[in-house]
Amino acid sequence: MPPTPRDVRRAAITLGAAVGVFGISLGVVATGAGLSVPMVCAFSIFVFTGATQFATVSVLASGGTPIAAIASGLLLGARHVGYGLALHRLLPASRRKRLLAAQFLIDESTAMATAQEDPALAEGAFWWGGLSVFVCWNLGTLLGAAFGDSLGDPGDLGLDAVFPAAFLALLVPHLRRLDGRFAAVAGAAIALALGSFTPPGVPIITAGIGALLAARLVRAEDPPTGDAA
Amino acid sequence: MTWGWPHLAVLALGSYALKVTGLLALGSRELSARITRLLALLPAALFGALIVISAFGDERSLVFDARTAGLAVAGLAVWRRANFVVVVVAAAAATATVRALS
Repeated sequence: MPPTPRDVRRAAITLGAAVGVFGISLGVVATGAGLSVPMVCAFSIFVFTGATQFATVSVLASGGTPIAAIASGLLLGARHVGYGLALHRLLPASRRKRLLAAQFLIDESTAMATAQEDPALAEGAFWWGGLSVFVCWNLGTLLGAAFGDSLGDPGDLGLDAVFPAAFLALLVPHLRRLDGRFAAVAGAAIALALGSFTPPGVPIITAGIGALLAARLVRAEDPPTGDAA
Repeated sequence: MTWGWPHLAVLALGSYALKVTGLLALGSRELSARITRLLALLPAALFGALIVISAFGDERSLVFDARTAGLAVAGLAVWRRANFVVVVVAAAAATATVRALS
């Protein structure tokens, strides 16, 4: 049976709930890194891309400068250009709607919209996915930030280990493809090589070269899509 | 220099600009397949580096400490297809335990 709008809404809400838990962990580690609760909440409202937020906070937590943190975050956000192109046909032509839609353009809404075989459902899947994740992500962040702010020494609780664990979980979907695995290993190798003498943040930004190497050296298995992680 | 509101504004505007580029600014133009592929591969390379630095980085050096145990446990959890919460909580618990014991 083909999915109905109701199925799409249900999937969006389930997805939102899962992402909300991710938001809690971001709130906890971000306050642990020394950011204020309002700052952490504003992060989730205005930046609204989990991977970018985690990367930025991680670079700050490791002693990187704000510039290095911003550069790492934006480099990670560059994939949204591809998402926007993938969704170009599926969203309404209205300029105002697109300006609004851009804020809700994330991994999850892109994945939900592009997964619909019926184009009529794609737009609804985008909005429901984006809005559901937006609400849950921000509630999660607020909860996590309030909780994190009341915790003692983040080191005692092992909160610094949340970063590598979260990045590992985020990396897993990319490992299904050979070029993704190559890029991940190349990025890790670059960070290993530079990590012992360059300022924090620099190894992360330079690791982007790993993607260039993967694109050059590994033959594309199937046509690249704007597919979400 | 510490992180402040102007930094957040730059990051938020930059992130929005990236999102709006494909959706609006490029019109119905298509990027070349090479660029699209590179954009899709960037997160994998950056996540690889972020794992290394957040697990082993210490200012300008790389160290093995309690976080290494956390990463190992996270790897095990991911391999067993545990969900995200389990992965993250297990990593933090392993690291906290190693710290408490050492």
